[in-house]
Amino acid sequence: MHLDHHHDGPAAVSADAHRPDGSHRALRIGLGGPVGSGKTATVAALCRALRDELSLAVVTNDIYTREDAEFLLREAVLPPERITAVETGACPHTAIRDDISANLEAVEDLEDEVGPLDLILVESGGDNLTATFSKGLVDAQIFVIDVAGGDDIPRKGGPGVTTADLLIVNKTDLAPYVGSDLARMAADAKVQRAELPVVFQSLRGEAGVAAVADWVRERLAAWTA
Amino acid sequence: MSRAALLVLADGRFPAGGHAHSGGAEAAVKAGRITGAEGLESFCRGRLHTTGLVSAALAAAAVLGVDPRQLNEAADARTPSPALRAAARKLGRQLMRAARATWPSAELDAVATEFPKGAHQPVVLGLAARAAGLEPLDAAYCAAYESVSGPASATVRLLSLDPFDATGALARLAPELDRVADQAVEAARRAVDEGPDSLPAASAPLLEIAAEAHAAWPVRLFAS
Amino acid sequence: MDGVTAAVAGVRATARMVARDDGRGGTALPVLESDGPLALRRTRGSGAEPRVMLVGAMSGPLGGDHFTVAADVREGARLRVGSAAATIALPGQTKGEARYDVRLTVADGGELHWLPEQLICAGGSDLYVGTRIDLGATARLVLREEQVLGRVGEEPGRLTSRLVLRVAGRTVLDQELACGPGAPGGWDGPAVLAGHRAVGQLLVVRPEFADEPVPARVLGEGAAVMPLAGPAALVTAVAPDALLLRRLLDAALAALVP
Repeated sequence: MHLDHHHDGPAAVSADAHRPDGSHRALRIGLGGPVGSGKTATVAALCRALRDELSLAVVTNDIYTREDAEFLLREAVLPPERITAVETGACPHTAIRDDISANLEAVEDLEDEVGPLDLILVESGGDNLTATFSKGLVDAQIFVIDVAGGDDIPRKGGPGVTTADLLIVNKTDLAPYVGSDLARMAADAKVQRAELPVVFQSLRGEAGVAAVADWVRERLAAWTA
Repeated sequence: MSRAALLVLADGRFPAGGHAHSGGAEAAVKAGRITGAEGLESFCRGRLHTTGLVSAALAAAAVLGVDPRQLNEAADARTPSPALRAAARKLGRQLMRAARATWPSAELDAVATEFPKGAHQPVVLGLAARAAGLEPLDAAYCAAYESVSGPASATVRLLSLDPFDATGALARLAPELDRVADQAVEAARRAVDEGPDSLPAASAPLLEIAAEAHAAWPVRLFAS
Repeated sequence: MDGVTAAVAGVRATARMVARDDGRGGTALPVLESDGPLALRRTRGSGAEPRVMLVGAMSGPLGGDHFTVAADVREGARLRVGSAAATIALPGQTKGEARYDVRLTVADGGELHWLPEQLICAGGSDLYVGTRIDLGATARLVLREEQVLGRVGEEPGRLTSRLVLRVAGRTVLDQELACGPGAPGGWDGPAVLAGHRAVGQLLVVRPEFADEPVPARVLGEGAAVMPLAGPAALVTAVAPDALLLRRLLDAALAALVP
């Protein structure tokens, strides 16, 4: 529903593509996935890869108040005013899916305070395989799993694995050590996701986050077109 | 409009941000003041007759058309803790967003414009009820119930409390909730003639003190 | 309106004081009116800041009594008021609530320190205390209120205490605490007092707080300094007893008013 017909109003009511002043708002990309799969590390790597070419900001949704935000601050991937933590009352999936009001406030405040922005990354706290972002909050979502969490996760599916706009299978460098079969994961993901893209990534490898950064650039080009 | 709108507004899943707040329960649990169902009930009872009554009266007064700016100032004066004022405005802003999407109204738009960073949640709750065509008593019930349902569901998560015990505690508070809602409406009607100074100002020292301590914790599950 | 009708309706007594700038850099007290059990005494203190003691408050208020103490600090004047001993609310022969009103006004440039001893609500007492403070935009105030629920080892009486601060006509603080038998439920529970038997407020108003609010902070488990939505800061404290409460409030006072 696009109820924000009063563009002189203080805040968009919905996921309207325009800000209250009529300008195009930033593209919002959500990153979700199980605990420890490397969401925050991926966000940090994306910030480093994109910060020189884009104006970007990050919203974290931690289980414990500000942990992920603190990590990003320590790593100094962005100036502190570009990182906002949303408190989730122990339920990150609620804050990104069922009741997105706090996150919408956070993204709007970032645009007001440090904008104009091209891109806002909204990171969910580590959650389960069913946690997905509301379309009222993000324009696209990335689901991050890792090889150490078990190579049967793509086969098991679930809304995150099946419907995310991009699936990242992270920590591929660990596959030999944990006995995960990357080919099997790729085949299972293909079955679950049909044409939706999958990136196998090791942030320690030479390519690092490059493939995901390219995917983000494509989304952004489509968004601003 | 229909009375059933009250069910929509009062639903714990109404997307207005309440799930991230414990209403002071997290601080009380950590301090050892809530350790089980009995402590939760006592906590909720105290909150109902203080914050709950004040919130219910503010909400009912907003339904009756008392100036939201004055009500917002009255809410500030009744909330000494800056952490609680910030939480109330944040929740007010989130509720405003949900209310405008659910019951579009020029009055809500105007108040949203006047308070871009949010008015106190009970004031917005009253305005939302008004936009939904509800009565002052409906808004009072909703505010009073929220004052206890939030801490109850938070405590279930914090203490892994048996959820049946928590709902049982809420049910036992029902007769007092009735009285608080009636009291709130009576006070709100008085405020129409005498101004917001006549609204109740019942306070809970430990809720205020503990809210300040909680706001300074580096690690916590709930925003307030 | 005093002693004569006490047996039926309780005692009504109003004590008043007015402080005004004496035109020589000091403060004069043109009005210092005692009434019945409420006696005001000027004590030591400099000419710039006279001190007034409220004495004899020991005797009440009892059920049915209605006491009022009013202080009016005029433009540029300074006044410091204390009490000789704690006030004890006692049950009266007549049933019903006793009432104690405190009315304080401080005009622009004036300063009032209102630092009475504790109010002790003895078992069986029933008291309403209403403190209303009206300040001019540039007035200054330090006010302390301490309520002790019951004498040592005694069940408390019932107390309702409302504290209202207006600065330049705007209500900056409005707080009511109700406790003791017959108070709304939960007053002694984990949200309100949690078994603490002493509760107090310290209110400091300074025009400069409008631009530079006092930072919020906690003082241990039982007290917090809270900047209000106006040129004022409130310290709220709870403690097991009056002595520990006073320590908390003294420490807060020393930090807030150097």
